[in-house]
Amino acid sequence: MSERIEVQKTYKTYVGGSFPRSESGHYYKVFDSEGDFLANACRCTRKDFRDAVLAARAAFSGWSSRTSYNKGQILYRIAEMMENRRDQFVKELGQIGFSKEEADADINASIDRLIYYAGWTDKYLQVFGSVNPVASSHFNFSILEPTGVVSVLAPEASPLLGLVSVISPIIAGGNTCIVHASEQYPLPAISFAEVLNSSDVPGGVVNIITGIRSELVEHFSSHMDVNSILYTDELDKETKTKIDELASNNIKRVVKKNISDWYEEDSANPYFIVDFQETKTTWHPVGF
Amino acid sequence: MRPETNFEKVPIDRVAVEERVGRLNKRSIKKESKVQALKLALSMVDLTTLEGKDSEGKVRQLCQKAKSPHPSMPDIPSVAAVCVYPNMVRIAKESLRGTNINVASVASAFPSGMAPLPIRIEDTKYAVEEGADEVDMVITRGAFLEGEYNFVFDEIAAIKEACGDAHLKVILETGELHTFENVRLASDIAMEAGADFIKTSTGKISPAATQPVTLVMLEAIRDFYYKTDKMVGMKPAGGIRTAKQALQYLVLVKETLGAAWLNNEYFRFGASSLANDLLMQIVKQQTGHYQGPDYFSID
Repeated sequence: MSERIEVQKTYKTYVGGSFPRSESGHYYKVFDSEGDFLANACRCTRKDFRDAVLAARAAFSGWSSRTSYNKGQILYRIAEMMENRRDQFVKELGQIGFSKEEADADINASIDRLIYYAGWTDKYLQVFGSVNPVASSHFNFSILEPTGVVSVLAPEASPLLGLVSVISPIIAGGNTCIVHASEQYPLPAISFAEVLNSSDVPGGVVNIITGIRSELVEHFSSHMDVNSILYTDELDKETKTKIDELASNNIKRVVKKNISDWYEEDSANPYFIVDFQETKTTWHPVGF
Repeated sequence: MRPETNFEKVPIDRVAVEERVGRLNKRSIKKESKVQALKLALSMVDLTTLEGKDSEGKVRQLCQKAKSPHPSMPDIPSVAAVCVYPNMVRIAKESLRGTNINVASVASAFPSGMAPLPIRIEDTKYAVEEGADEVDMVITRGAFLEGEYNFVFDEIAAIKEACGDAHLKVILETGELHTFENVRLASDIAMEAGADFIKTSTGKISPAATQPVTLVMLEAIRDFYYKTDKMVGMKPAGGIRTAKQALQYLVLVKETLGAAWLNNEYFRFGASSLANDLLMQIVKQQTGHYQGPDYFSID
């Protein structure tokens, strides 16, 4: 018997509920913490992003009209599936320098975060919606509605917890998203996509692409069918200005957070959901 | 008069047709040539509304869009025609007065064609009297599939006569013809009977237009041209929604029939949502940014 050769996983992207390779056929090398070659990741282009936006837009009406309760169930399900794949994440985080303890803590915090936002899905509307006092015979309500399709530049330095922390509040609020995974550490994001794919999350609700951030930022900011953009890393002034200018073309909601420590208590809160909501106020005549 | 020739089935190699379509789809059209092709495709669109709920307002709105597809960009061409039901022809004609946009009307008991011939002829005459420049008729597929080719020939010829000066487009409804051989035969019959255009589908049956079917019909047009020197037009209709698909169709036309057919006198797209995607791609080429449907008209 010849020696068995291990079957390696091809890391692809996650778009519309399936795992396509980059349309360009291009790759970039991903290295472990020792500088050794780990895997090839898809070097996605604007066309992959365009396809992801189409998928996210197509998924929006279905996802946003799910009941809050159902969205909560599905977020909870993601957490369950993640618990199940702990070993895979421990291995992948280990490759990029996490100790076993650090990796466990990162995974625990990620799972807890999903549960945290799962709990908020049927509460934020009550907490942040309101009945407003008006001086005429009307009921006046303000309710929240999801912003739409959100493009996300996921935290570069926190490839799993940071990723989960930005995706959860966006989808908990009924939005769909296109996420650019950490450029240097993209592999846990693709494994997280496998979790999403087995968690009853409809295809297209979360789309994850990998690649060189500087090549993609322009398109994440400029696409006219994207309603909001989120980034949480400290970016240079030039990039920030570019994002602001391009986003202004269709008045995208630009959400900037400066979070470096994703364990910090304040890095998960319901205002993160509200960041991707629009307020609709309705005047309703008072009946007799 | 019915021609002497018996209508004979031309054998079609399905695999070869699909292979050729696949190969032609790999053509890459970029930058200036892409913009040119997108504008050409837009100028070939028959902007269509064929719904039971069509109203005067809807038709007027569609005509406005036909004249000025994207008002903020005046250099964008208008479409070729507006395609409506016969009772909307008058409204469309009135709205398009003073433009060179044609009014096309479906007629002859569209979309089934299941009415006695005299009624279908009356329907056609009504559309033409109302001012239709083009008539889209549909053949009786039941008779065709039964092998009653002469019946099909005669009905087309009769409706062609009822059209007078109006151009006749003959819908084969390829989705119901089952085989490429049938599509080819129906194309040959329609052209012999006097069709100015042959058209794939009503849009009410799935599958509607596909590229392999279009290629078979284009080849029929080519062979008919070699035989008779007459240029017949082609109109794929239904299911063409994206600019990318439209460009692929243009490649098929160019490679099968040549540049003489690459204008809206000889090639049309029957579509409603295609126009918006073409516009979005044209604006994308000009601004460099991907566009979203929020910034274009709904219909």
